[in-house]
Amino acid sequence: MPVITYRQALNDAFAEELTRDENVFLMGEEVAQYNGAYKVTEGLWERFGSKRVIDTPISEAAFLGLCVGAAMMGLRPVVELMFWSFAYVGFDQIINNAGCIRYMSGGLINVPMVIRGPANGGTNVGATHSHTPENFLANTPGLKVVCPATPYDAKGLMISSIRDNDTVCFMENTLLYGDLGEVPEGAYTIPLGVAEVKREGIDVSLIAHGRAVLTCLAAAEILSAEHGVEAEVVDLRSIRPLDEETILNSVAKTHRAVLVDENKPFCGVSSQIAALLAEHAFDDLDAPILRVTALDAPAIYSMPLEKLQLPDAQAVVAKVLSSF
Amino acid sequence: MPRTLSLPSKTKKTAAKKAARPVASKVAAKKAILQATLKAIPKATSKTAPKSAKVPVKAVTKAKSVAPEKVTLTASSKAEFSKSPFNSSLKPAQKINFLREMLRIRRFEQQALKYYNQGIMGGFLHLYNGQESVAVGTASLMNGHDEIITAYRDHGHALAVGMGMNECMAELFGKGTGCSKGKGGSMHFFAPDKHYWGGHGIVAGQTPLGLGLAFAIKYKKDKGCAVAFLGDGAVNQGVFSECLNMAALMELPIVFVIENNGYSMGTSLERSSAIRHSLASRAEGFDVDWSLCSGFDLYELRASLGEAMEKARTRYRPHVLEVATYRYYGHSVADANAKKYRSPEEIELYKTERDPITLWQNQLLAENVITQVGIDKIDAEAKAEAAAAAEFGIASPWPPEESIFEGIYHEVDHKTEAGQTGRFFFSE
Repeated sequence: MPVITYRQALNDAFAEELTRDENVFLMGEEVAQYNGAYKVTEGLWERFGSKRVIDTPISEAAFLGLCVGAAMMGLRPVVELMFWSFAYVGFDQIINNAGCIRYMSGGLINVPMVIRGPANGGTNVGATHSHTPENFLANTPGLKVVCPATPYDAKGLMISSIRDNDTVCFMENTLLYGDLGEVPEGAYTIPLGVAEVKREGIDVSLIAHGRAVLTCLAAAEILSAEHGVEAEVVDLRSIRPLDEETILNSVAKTHRAVLVDENKPFCGVSSQIAALLAEHAFDDLDAPILRVTALDAPAIYSMPLEKLQLPDAQAVVAKVLSSF
Repeated sequence: MPRTLSLPSKTKKTAAKKAARPVASKVAAKKAILQATLKAIPKATSKTAPKSAKVPVKAVTKAKSVAPEKVTLTASSKAEFSKSPFNSSLKPAQKINFLREMLRIRRFEQQALKYYNQGIMGGFLHLYNGQESVAVGTASLMNGHDEIITAYRDHGHALAVGMGMNECMAELFGKGTGCSKGKGGSMHFFAPDKHYWGGHGIVAGQTPLGLGLAFAIKYKKDKGCAVAFLGDGAVNQGVFSECLNMAALMELPIVFVIENNGYSMGTSLERSSAIRHSLASRAEGFDVDWSLCSGFDLYELRASLGEAMEKARTRYRPHVLEVATYRYYGHSVADANAKKYRSPEEIELYKTERDPITLWQNQLLAENVITQVGIDKIDAEAKAEAAAAAEFGIASPWPPEESIFEGIYHEVDHKTEAGQTGRFFFSE
């Protein structure tokens, strides 16, 4: 199986869908002639032309709204936010329009679009470029939220998202774009709402999404090698819809849950998972639900301190050991 | 026919100079503009064609900086508007139908107001009374490929494109038989099968959606254009400026219609907007064509908008049309200050002298297209239809509880494979 980057996996997904469905188009700042600020759309403008791969001015509200309007008419926009942090400029279009129009029209109108881009901290660019809004968006019934951790998942989930008839907020990660992984050629889909156990274990469940999954895998190796603890790593892959069954099955097996989340702790994704476990896994748990999240402060610029703000493998290991 | 804006004459210059003087003279100047505007607009009681129909122009002298070839004011006399290619071939039955549609909107709104005031109907209620000609005129120009979208004062547009009074009234009452199954309310009517894309509650939030409609029309090579309505208050939202830029940049077939009723909620145009020439002329900076028209006269509205729509359809030229209009009620019925931020005399003046329905009735009477008996009959039918719709709304059942979780995700509603993996809703 070919080994390609997370970035290339996404690029391949776009090429597959642009070829398959003429209603699919890509839009965003620098996606066409510049080849993408992070080169995720590299080569696509050259291959598919200006009708299908479209540069926009720096006007998030207008081009997000344009894509909602085009999707209402049956097109399938895949719109890039250079950073998900920039979504806040166009939040009205995402929440009120993409998120609510289907409901407010009594189901008459669909908004089949993908809003995508990186949503991560840890890149030494300060608070305004380091937001992780998956919790905000997942808080809106009507939107779906997907956060792939690996190249294989990125491609399969992107193809599913483009074919989905609802709006999908697809969150990538600039720190993962260069990661390598095995990815099949051609189109394949991974359903939204299906988590994956990325590592099996019996002693504790590490539950995460996005880059935090990789942090958990690294922590699990340390736990196994140095502490004799076999951790199971559950990758949520999509936040909404949420695969509760896989989460609950894992905790029923391990009787311990440590939630690892680059989202902030207050009303973050991990808060929702904790509520789920408290409601449905109370009798299975041998220890309190513990969390390792981003520190509850705006993303700091200073590099060594920023590293402290995000969960790392050592912090996860320490948290797991504290539960025994 | 449209004519190019000529430089103001000497006498006009003097008047405008006065008007442009700051602070102390500003209020007086604005009053003068209002008076001038009112004088220029055809009177409801007058049966003779006035010399000109212009919308307010704050400081005419400053219009010099506007590239003359870009600025077209609409034709100067009512007689010319009636001869416009968009009006000259109108059949009497069509003209009568315009009257019927305007009366239907007015009677619908009055029925809604009655039940709202009784406390039987909830929500917000932004009435369209006084502006009926704009929606009816626009709907009458749609060619089957055109798409329209508006903000929260949306009942008029909904009825004009052919939505039924029953479904609209039931929606106001929050009933399951409503056009949005009781999930949208007054501000959120939709009828995609009638090319009507809402009905949107956030000021100017609909403007980029209109851009998307136009984008899709062009993408699919359809033979239509998009018409996106917004109010004079919406012009000050940033997203509208973004839209103008993108419309021009991407050469999208869209007409933005500013329904300028003079007030963004309780704030008058003068207090909300810095204006060089008009609201529409802001388009100048984006290389978007613009024009002004009086919305009180249906012929003028059709002539001006028809031309803009045709240009959008055939040449992908976006356009901003600013329509002078007036609302008789407050921003919404809940607007407690509706008669405080404007004088009762002003409201009365518009009602008696600029009412688009009365003006159109007089026009049709003058053309011998209809008799007063005929008008009364249509009005009685509209009243009866609206009353029956209210009864329908009241008698309709509430939406069933289980419908709370319907209409959120397509994949869930349709029980597709994608709608069955994972949990979508998190209530117990």
